[in-house]
Amino acid sequence: MRVNETTLGGINGRKRKEPLTDTKLLLAITIGIFFGMYILAMAVWGGGFLRPQQLFDIFNNNASLIIISCGLTIVMIAGGIDISVGGITALVVMSCVVHLDTQGGSVLTALVLALGIGLAFGLVHGYLISYLEIQPFIVTLAGMFFARGMTTIVSVEPRTAQHEGFLALKEARIEIPWLGYTTKSGDLIPARIEIGVIVALIVVVIVFITLRWSRLGRNLYAVGGNRQSALMLGINVRRTRFYSYLICGLLSGIGGFVFLMHTGAGNATNAAGAEMNAIASSIIGGTLLTGGVGNIIGTLFGVLTLTTIKSIVIASGLREPWWQSITTGAMLCFFIVLQSIVLSKRGKGGFKLVLPKWLRPKNRNNSSEGA
Amino acid sequence: MKNDIVLSARKLCKAFPGVRALYNVDFTLRKGEIHALMGENGAGKSTLIKVLTGVYHKDAGQINLVGTDGIDREMTVRSPQDAQNLGISTVYQEITLCPNLTVAENIFIGREKNNFVSWNAMEKRTGEILKSLNIPARPKQQLGGCSLAVQQMVAIARAVDMECKVLILDEPTSSLDEQEVAMLFSLMRDLKSRGVGIVFVTHFLEQVYEVCDRITVLRDGEFVGEYEVKDLPQVDLIAKMMGKELDDLSGLYKKEVSFDDDGTPVYEAVGLASEAGVKPFDFRINKGEVNGFTGLLGSGRSESVRAIFGADKVTGGKVKVNGKSVQVSKPIKAMKVGIGYLPEDRKRDGIIADLSVRDNIILAMQVMKGFFRPLSRSQAEAFADEYIKMLGIKTASADTPIKSLSGGNQQKAILARWLLTNPQYLILDEPTRGIDIGTKTEIQKLVLGLAEDGVSVTFISSEIEEMLRTCSRLIVMKDRSVVGELKGGEVTQDNIMHTIAGGGN
Amino acid sequence: MSIGSRKTKRLKSEYSQMFIPLIALALLVIFNLIRDPSFFSVVVTANNEGNTVLAGNLISILNGASELAILAMGMTLVTSASGGQDISVGAAAAIAGSVFIKVLRVGSITPATVLLAFLACCVVAMLFGAFNGTLVAVFNIQPMIATLILYTAGRSIAYWINGGATPTVSSPLIKSIGGFIPGVPIPTPIFIVIICGIIFALLFKFTNLALYTQAVGINSQAARLNGINTIGMKLLTFVILGLCVAVAGCISVSRLGLINHETILIEIEMDAILAVAIGGNALSGGKFKMAGSVLGAYAIQMLTTTLYAMKVSSTSIKAYKAVVIILIVAIGSPVVKSAVSQLWSRLVKRNEPAATGRGKLT
Repeated sequence: MRVNETTLGGINGRKRKEPLTDTKLLLAITIGIFFGMYILAMAVWGGGFLRPQQLFDIFNNNASLIIISCGLTIVMIAGGIDISVGGITALVVMSCVVHLDTQGGSVLTALVLALGIGLAFGLVHGYLISYLEIQPFIVTLAGMFFARGMTTIVSVEPRTAQHEGFLALKEARIEIPWLGYTTKSGDLIPARIEIGVIVALIVVVIVFITLRWSRLGRNLYAVGGNRQSALMLGINVRRTRFYSYLICGLLSGIGGFVFLMHTGAGNATNAAGAEMNAIASSIIGGTLLTGGVGNIIGTLFGVLTLTTIKSIVIASGLREPWWQSITTGAMLCFFIVLQSIVLSKRGKGGFKLVLPKWLRPKNRNNSSEGA
Repeated sequence: MKNDIVLSARKLCKAFPGVRALYNVDFTLRKGEIHALMGENGAGKSTLIKVLTGVYHKDAGQINLVGTDGIDREMTVRSPQDAQNLGISTVYQEITLCPNLTVAENIFIGREKNNFVSWNAMEKRTGEILKSLNIPARPKQQLGGCSLAVQQMVAIARAVDMECKVLILDEPTSSLDEQEVAMLFSLMRDLKSRGVGIVFVTHFLEQVYEVCDRITVLRDGEFVGEYEVKDLPQVDLIAKMMGKELDDLSGLYKKEVSFDDDGTPVYEAVGLASEAGVKPFDFRINKGEVNGFTGLLGSGRSESVRAIFGADKVTGGKVKVNGKSVQVSKPIKAMKVGIGYLPEDRKRDGIIADLSVRDNIILAMQVMKGFFRPLSRSQAEAFADEYIKMLGIKTASADTPIKSLSGGNQQKAILARWLLTNPQYLILDEPTRGIDIGTKTEIQKLVLGLAEDGVSVTFISSEIEEMLRTCSRLIVMKDRSVVGELKGGEVTQDNIMHTIAGGGN
Repeated sequence: MSIGSRKTKRLKSEYSQMFIPLIALALLVIFNLIRDPSFFSVVVTANNEGNTVLAGNLISILNGASELAILAMGMTLVTSASGGQDISVGAAAAIAGSVFIKVLRVGSITPATVLLAFLACCVVAMLFGAFNGTLVAVFNIQPMIATLILYTAGRSIAYWINGGATPTVSSPLIKSIGGFIPGVPIPTPIFIVIICGIIFALLFKFTNLALYTQAVGINSQAARLNGINTIGMKLLTFVILGLCVAVAGCISVSRLGLINHETILIEIEMDAILAVAIGGNALSGGKFKMAGSVLGAYAIQMLTTTLYAMKVSSTSIKAYKAVVIILIVAIGSPVVKSAVSQLWSRLVKRNEPAATGRGKLT
């Protein structure tokens, strides 16, 4: 009979350490590549890379991307997709600006508005996708269209927030003097972190805890891994998927508010392409579009990797504007192909070889039809 | 009801449109026994399981289960969830667990009462369970990285942790090797000693005799009998499954085909093996010969012929067609040398569901003609009409999507597809499954007619008479390897059954 | 069955497949006619070059949808065979258009050089199509993820090809491609769409493209057991889409006489996917009706034009589009469909011939 290598390993016990799960392996690869990249940059180009502020600026500039990427990762883990996050961000930004400046809102009410908008989108998406079983791509595409359209309906022209309370929040910084740097003229400039970064990190931690320790989090992985099995294991698949979209919407709302805190102005083109950046970050971070695999730390590093490549490109002298996207695309290609190879190799060593190809969990299509 | 009976079903009936899947079937399971459920195709095994586990609702009959309080009461199982809650757990052939989660998670997911997962507690408890059941897995291991055998055992461990009283194992050993089967059996014996009643659905005879206490045999949806393993010799078991008594010399139809073992065979293979797990085998077929692969369900017949057609990845062997060496590594290569293949699972491998009957019929021939030579509409219509008429395919029109046809008519359409390619060697894997009696006979006549015209045919059928009537040579398979070959006058039922029973592992 | 009744049966089934796009178009047409009976009127005017041409909403709809219609054709094939979507077509069109202009700017613009330029951009677009196709067919990567790569990098590649500029090209020959051929009152892009349609029709008639693509998309295992090269077919659909991208890119460039890598055919991939879906084709692959996708493209264009005519600002058009899309797909959703059909069968008790033999085993 066939001898399966893994069988022997399974029976005799592995002599090496516990092999990593798919999720952990991809995470390890991503983190490794990020640090490798950054250290290489520090070594080769020095200068800005040696300053901690460089790293902090990456966070400062991408706090909202981190947050919406978290939302997207959650949806992708459960096996879905949401391409409306950028549009929702723009809508939230514009609406909050208008609310703050013309409707006499306070920072708090603006925040509530942001969350409300995000939740509303998440709710509709979740219902249409999970209960009416419409394809996620179409639903969230329509969501994106709607959000972008509404953004200009809310305000045709770009607006800058004038609200005092808000501006105070926007300009607030956390300063870390000992991580700062000295300019040529001898001034010590402390490292500065925006409030939005703190929010982003809090979101990451909360999502991490949810994914790792809550029932909902584990159900997301199960549903994404094998929807049919999840059903048989007693998980309420519909509800789980619904929640994934709801949370993504909520996070888009938060991300929108953080975006506003960073730019302070509403504009129809805000967060253009953010959804694709979020998807790319998730993929680089080891999340699979097919679901069941992914983790939030990876996504965080995915954002960092994605945005660091831009700095590296500039530092390496490729100053023309097109190099950024081309290298981003190349890097994406690298990660995607790498993932595909790694996982297919794993599949071959794992259960897929032993299980005859035609026996998929969904189809009870073995030869005993009616037997 | 006796004290040690944990599940009993009486006079279960279940029918689908046009098919009586179960009729007055009884089934009794005792505590702490391993009970085999056996039967050929159409016997009703999987329907019975599905009724017991709530996937189907029974039409008639009664199911009694001993509850956690020890009281036997009648129950209605409405859904798989219901069954699980009542203590009936099923482990299917395809794993209904999540390969991307760890072993520990798979054991507990969907069952937690809390909103928060305590990994430590979960992993600790999992470790205990795995240890007590001797399962070679670790709690933190990703399930997908475990072998299939271990995955099945994890599924069983989950059932045990849910304190199931009845554990149904649906063909668990089909994809396992010897070592893995041994592991599984020792786990089953452990559960037996804990008082779990195990239903072991299988078609591997040796395994039944190795590990089971009793056997229930079904045939054609009906209950044939329940036997103690120690009282039923293998040959008798086979007879009961096939529906024949040992000394019943059926042979009403004499086949007229003679064969000629000299001369160049149309197809010849030495040491053919494929990824699907069939042990390397030798095979030859001459011009105008009808031969067949026989054996019980799961013995490897389909995998063997798929290897001939190149449907599965061929891992070894030398093949000659008409004396010339060829590499039949892909279906198109087989087609080009004149081999056709009617697959056993028409839903998965045969029909292109949304395409019309006509498109399905002309497909193979079309592919042989090539990408740039499509059949004209009138040609396609003519071909389709011809075969629809010839085989009596019942369809509203040739344009109807094939998925709306009944199973039997779908089968005829696929048969038409391959007949249309004018093969010199045609492989038919269960061509008569799901077809009415009249047409079954027609197909057998067709097969003999093809042979007379010089076409070689390999014919696989679960119905022995059909094989006896048409085949001049039979290759007997058991448990995935060839155990014998019967030629000419040797081709009788008795010989088949003896060969299967006598053939070792 | 007589030939006549067979033909009518076939036509009936073909039309029923195009139900959704036809309804969408019909509703839009009716809506417009009610709102403004002269909406579809066609007038004869003189355009900038002094030629007499036809103009009006109808013409602008047909004209404006040209690139979308062509892309929808190619997208239909990719969706059918691979069960996923190619989101890079806009970016790829930017690349194609850039190549087109680059070659044109080398020398003088004559019909020969235009042809050469077109061939060059076809080759480039097909190469990128093959790139996407390889990722999907050989590496088994989901189409949306695989094409995310080109989506990200494509427009920058176009920018690079253009040397960081937005080059222009000015020539009456180009103008006639993107606009009107002197003496012909109908815009040229409409003719190009018709030509593409004819080419596809010929492909479907003289090759097995449609049959193989659908077979692979519906059941690739069974297709393989019939001898079809499933990997090759998937790859082919991406290459064909590449050709469509090239044509669309050239049209767009010719219209404007320039290429702006940022804005050319921006977000057209979404509309193309939408057109395929509205066309009644399953986004998960399988049977397709290309005519449906083309109708879907025109429906989308008509919707946009209608909204413009209603003075909806160009930036907020998206919101209305979104609502219409959701309505259409909600109606087509399996849950809604089965609820409606249950309602229907309860209202109208009809005897249906027993179709399935062995019964459903799921």
